[in-house]
Amino acid sequence: MIIEALAFYALAGILTLSALLVITVRNPVHSVLFLILGFFNAAGLFVLLGAEFIAMILVIVYVGAVAVLFLFVVMMLDVSFADLRKGAMQYVPIGLVIGAILLSELILVYSVWGFAPETLDNRAAPVEKFEGLTNTEALGNVLYTDYIFPFQLAGLILFVAMIGAIVLTHRSRPGVRKQSVADQQARKASDVLEIRKVQTGSGA
Amino acid sequence: MLDLWNTYGVWTAWTLLYIVLIIVGVLLSVAYLTYAERKVLGGMQRRQGPITVGPFGLLQPIADGLKLFSKETVIPSQANRVVFLLAPVILFALSLMAWAVIPFDRDWVLANINVGVLYLFAVSSMGVYGVIMAGWASNSRYAFLGGLRSASQMVSYEVSMGLIIVCVLLCTGSLNLQDIVLAERPVWMQALLFPMLIVFLISILAETNRAPFDLPEGESEITGGFMVEYSAMAFALFFLGEYANMILMSAMTTVLFLGGWLPPFGMDFLAFVPGIVWFALKTAAILFFFIWARATLPRFRYDQLMRLGWKVFLPFTLIWVVLTAGVLLTFDALPG
Repeated sequence: MIIEALAFYALAGILTLSALLVITVRNPVHSVLFLILGFFNAAGLFVLLGAEFIAMILVIVYVGAVAVLFLFVVMMLDVSFADLRKGAMQYVPIGLVIGAILLSELILVYSVWGFAPETLDNRAAPVEKFEGLTNTEALGNVLYTDYIFPFQLAGLILFVAMIGAIVLTHRSRPGVRKQSVADQQARKASDVLEIRKVQTGSGA
Repeated sequence: MLDLWNTYGVWTAWTLLYIVLIIVGVLLSVAYLTYAERKVLGGMQRRQGPITVGPFGLLQPIADGLKLFSKETVIPSQANRVVFLLAPVILFALSLMAWAVIPFDRDWVLANINVGVLYLFAVSSMGVYGVIMAGWASNSRYAFLGGLRSASQMVSYEVSMGLIIVCVLLCTGSLNLQDIVLAERPVWMQALLFPMLIVFLISILAETNRAPFDLPEGESEITGGFMVEYSAMAFALFFLGEYANMILMSAMTTVLFLGGWLPPFGMDFLAFVPGIVWFALKTAAILFFFIWARATLPRFRYDQLMRLGWKVFLPFTLIWVVLTAGVLLTFDALPG
């Protein structure tokens, strides 16, 4: 047990620290790198909980794909950090106000938070039909049976978002030279090449 | 204290021993893979390859290693020091990390986890960070171009690799690498997976930045790509990491498609040969393919690479996932 506790505090500590560093370091690329470290530690926490499938998916999707593109964009941005920080102070009052409102809302919600008695009894009660299954199978069983429609709907929404992003950013420029593999393959020597027998001395 | 030793100490000591064994094995394989590459390339180009150091040039990798070790590490003054030095370390560490779940023989695996395939996929998808960080931290145009090329290339080919892995998982019904090797595979199922093996082989070439997809390095156009500013041990770590990744990808192909440690083509009378020998031979065959492709094919142009990844492999593998699932469902052959 002591190892689990130590691992938890190490992962949680690094996670919190890197999350703080994401918003405090000056260099945006360093920010993204700390964000990745944060994702990684969150995946570690999932492993500790025994949710290895979610942990791996977190690493594959967020660390392996989303954060790469994020890093890609941040690296390409040519921002002057001094300019960026110059005007930042004027937003402090409104930031404080918004923060205070959010905090008070959280306090209000949480102070009257209560559980129905039957919910308390069901808390952390494992669903019996998944006894003895690995969590990949258990997740699959839930997602593709009881929650198939929300799951498909989520997929559809993401698909629409993807198409939307492509449509918004796509512009067809005229005069771009593109390779058409089909055309190249269909090209025959007889269409483009003419072989002539030239007599010695009569060529141009 | 004794109690703690009995609970954790013994286990930790054994695990550390296994880790050291695996790392030493991988590093030795890397050393002799470079030797094999030079010999095979030499043979394909009608040269001799290394012959001077030791008998048949067998000590050449060690000489190379010593040379790199004794050189000076140069850090460009405009480079971002921490990220610059972290990049090769990350790449190298990731290339070793993935070996934890590879089954070398029946029950010869350091961590026999339920989601072994996903772990492998996750670790290999993080490999891009070493490259992209190196490209950015070097603060040099060539390195940056190399880093960007590598990032887009690896992300593109990961998509089709993921779909290929889904095909294999549909046929085996488990994410555990050991179960994948042991899963029953009739001939028709292997025929169904064969096109995926071809696409996977091409994808791992792109994923490990090897010729003909070695655009991130591209000596002839961007001088050396993301590692142009690296020297001595930092360069050696990139080099080791790249070759360890090649071996890892070959081992992954062996596990997913070629039946891991089992004798080839279901020839059970060959089962007296230790499984690790078969595993090593199959991996070596795929490594030969890597070197063969390098010796044979010219480098792809960048738009051709992207076209192949997104317009050919992605639709093809996607259709194949549906086809595999359909066939398995129709013939009632879904595992589990």
